[in-house]
Amino acid sequence: MPSAIFRIWRGAVAPRDAGPAARHDAGFVDYSLEITPGMVVLDAVHRIQAEQAPDLAVRWNCKAGKCGSCSAEINGMPRLMCMTRLNHLPLDRPVQIEPMKTFPIVRDLVTDVSWNYSVKRRIRPLAPRPPDAADGTWRMQQQDMDRVQEFRKCIECYLCQDVCHVLREHQGFDAFAGPRFFTHIAALEMHPLDRDSRLRELREEFGLGLCNITKCCTKVCPEYIHITDNAIIPLKERVVDEFYDPLKKLFRRKKGSAPA
Amino acid sequence: MSADFETHAYDVLVVGAGGAGLRAAIAASAAGAKVGVVTKSLLGKAHTVMAEGGIAAALANVDERDNWKVHFSDTMRGGAYLNQWRMAELHAKEAPERVRELEAWGAVFDRTGDGKILQRNFGGHRYPRLAHVGDRTGLEMIRTLQDHGIHRGMSVHMETTLVALLTDGGRVSGAVGYDRERGRMRVFNARAVVLATGGLGRIFQITSNSWEYTGDGPALAYRAGAELMDLEFVQFHPTGMIWPPSVRGILVTEGVRGEGGVLRNREGRRFMFDDIPPLYRQQTADTPEEGWRYVTGDRNARRPPELLTRDHVARCIMREVREGRGSPHGGVFLDIAWIKEKIPHAAEHIRRKLPSMYQQFKELADLDITAEPMEIGPTTHYSMGGVRVDADTQMSSVAGLFAAGECAAGLHGANRLGGNSLSDLLVFGQRAGHYAAEFAAQNGPARSDAAQIEAAARGATEVFERPATTAANPFQIQQEMQEMMQAKVGIVRTGPEMDQALAALAELGGRAAHIAVTGNREYNPGWHTALDLRNCLLVAEAITRAARERRESRGAHFREDFPEKSPEFGGFNLVLRQGADGGMELRRQPLPPMPPPLQAIIEEMK
Repeated sequence: MPSAIFRIWRGAVAPRDAGPAARHDAGFVDYSLEITPGMVVLDAVHRIQAEQAPDLAVRWNCKAGKCGSCSAEINGMPRLMCMTRLNHLPLDRPVQIEPMKTFPIVRDLVTDVSWNYSVKRRIRPLAPRPPDAADGTWRMQQQDMDRVQEFRKCIECYLCQDVCHVLREHQGFDAFAGPRFFTHIAALEMHPLDRDSRLRELREEFGLGLCNITKCCTKVCPEYIHITDNAIIPLKERVVDEFYDPLKKLFRRKKGSAPA
Repeated sequence: MSADFETHAYDVLVVGAGGAGLRAAIAASAAGAKVGVVTKSLLGKAHTVMAEGGIAAALANVDERDNWKVHFSDTMRGGAYLNQWRMAELHAKEAPERVRELEAWGAVFDRTGDGKILQRNFGGHRYPRLAHVGDRTGLEMIRTLQDHGIHRGMSVHMETTLVALLTDGGRVSGAVGYDRERGRMRVFNARAVVLATGGLGRIFQITSNSWEYTGDGPALAYRAGAELMDLEFVQFHPTGMIWPPSVRGILVTEGVRGEGGVLRNREGRRFMFDDIPPLYRQQTADTPEEGWRYVTGDRNARRPPELLTRDHVARCIMREVREGRGSPHGGVFLDIAWIKEKIPHAAEHIRRKLPSMYQQFKELADLDITAEPMEIGPTTHYSMGGVRVDADTQMSSVAGLFAAGECAAGLHGANRLGGNSLSDLLVFGQRAGHYAAEFAAQNGPARSDAAQIEAAARGATEVFERPATTAANPFQIQQEMQEMMQAKVGIVRTGPEMDQALAALAELGGRAAHIAVTGNREYNPGWHTALDLRNCLLVAEAITRAARERRESRGAHFREDFPEKSPEFGGFNLVLRQGADGGMELRRQPLPPMPPPLQAIIEEMK
């Protein structure tokens, strides 16, 4: 049976912080493993855990690409470990597996993604219009659901957050919500029942303007959501319409409300 | 010293953040309780996300002949009449309201032409009944509950695992657990506890279940003195992936068959037509043509035999394999691509109705389901058994201890219908949360016992103190248990094999007592596996004892040495509890008598 080398990050120090002083606490460790047909990266990590390194920390649940737990960087690419087939990777050199770099490390391949949960809590939930029928139900057309359903496919793997340069390079956690939550807000704003507006927060708190649409998020999305084209750009257009439309500005000034 | 442990106090502590746990937490919170939720994973990752097909509820949006009575009788028939009738009644009556409120909280279901929630066909349901979102209904449900719940004032302890429940006299008083990240012990004082821990599929080798499904709820409840019921009934879903080996067990939704997918053996024969159980003969199509008319909405057609109940379909597949008519990798073929003979743009239709199946096979098996048949075989999917609860309140035999969803027993009897799981989570999650809050309001705080906390914490951490030289590897023992249970207590069971299984479990338990864990307590999977294994071994023993006792074949439980249903065994459920000597006590609990009006419904629907 063929074998391969897996070069896995070990330790409680993140790769980016692991200077020479920390090297004895953290670094890449090579594991050699036999490969079986159809194997994915997560299978390899599990096998290493069971046979060679029982304390190798990895977060996973469904192993079917549906829960979004096993995000990591494989040969430098943000991916789900459970959906990355070994026969799609070059095995003549080590397969490098690292934790997501944008988030603080917990240990080995596990990162602290709790910041994402705190952002979610700050987004106002759906505010539905009153029911359409006497029995308390609504009538909605499938074509209106289609665009929302695309965003609802999100499995919250946070790979888009991991790759977004506003978060990854500039660590803009205080002023920016990130692509995952622009998608979430787009789903609310475009929901046929919603009567609320989240445009002010998008501009003032969630830093929508910081996104300069490089589409890195769209490229890594395992659910193939068109994050940039279908969520972020339409939201940007709505914010522009709301706050930068010269006629609206004039109207607002006349009414005496604060200029945008 | 318990004073050293970080301690939290809640009116209601919910254990698990899948559909049942979140729905319970929302209900308890709505009833005014201070609610804490502990979950082994991150919020929104629970096994509910894996549910594909839909939520069964008699909304009658697609076929106006549907109503709660039909749903009730379908559920009872599917469960071979071992279900608790009261739970089946409540479930059928309340499911529609639970689905509608999800819509108010933001769920985005597929629509009918006139803008209502669309419903699809599923095995054992007489009418199209499953509200769905393509084939990712579970994700929609958990995200809806999660996003609604976080604005309802509950505290969520993510990646936290319980190791024991605390009791005060005959009453639950809280729980002890640890956080994965740092491995610190935590104490949760609570007036009421709702177990919503899901299932136990990791006891078996081939399963659609995630690592979390280690029978925690039943094990915690059992050790706290509660009764378990119906554990012999483990559902083997007929269609799991079988090739390549690394994906073996991953679920292929019943929705494939609901959309017209057919099962064939290697000779190309639709073998499901060969064996139709008497109970279902009236409702099953005579010809492939009639079956196709059914799945395309002809109200006068009867359903194809591929949509018979899961227990039956799984056994037919096993028969084909055993008799040499299986597919190359030991399963059979599931073909949806064939519908291109029937409809234009079939490939597009399949990708639209079954998007995640399309993606799953494309990415994991290099197979295009719009062009080729899939190879599938049975996979351990669901536990009908669990904690024995009161039908109305979901309280167990321990005061203040509630259970809902897969970890509770009663609704599904000997076999669960597809789609009845998500509705179960909603209906009984809501009830458990509501009545737990009521219990908390009516009963003062319980006393927490330092000695119990000490013992639980010591039991959880002693694996670090054992010398590594004599150590047993937790992963190794887990794997041996899974292989053994699959072989001896799997789809086909016999008395002698289960005797061997009990002996093997005792041996594995003995070795598990010597597990030593290397590394430290921070996010250490070896340690977590060692602790989960304690629950697995306990529940595996309970399953085996119950399955050995039930000397008949009924629903999901098939005994090769007793292949027929027995009227005697049809009269009771098997209940387990810890005896005074520490061993498992098994007793026969007669079924509660069904009121005549419900009996009349069942007669009428036959």
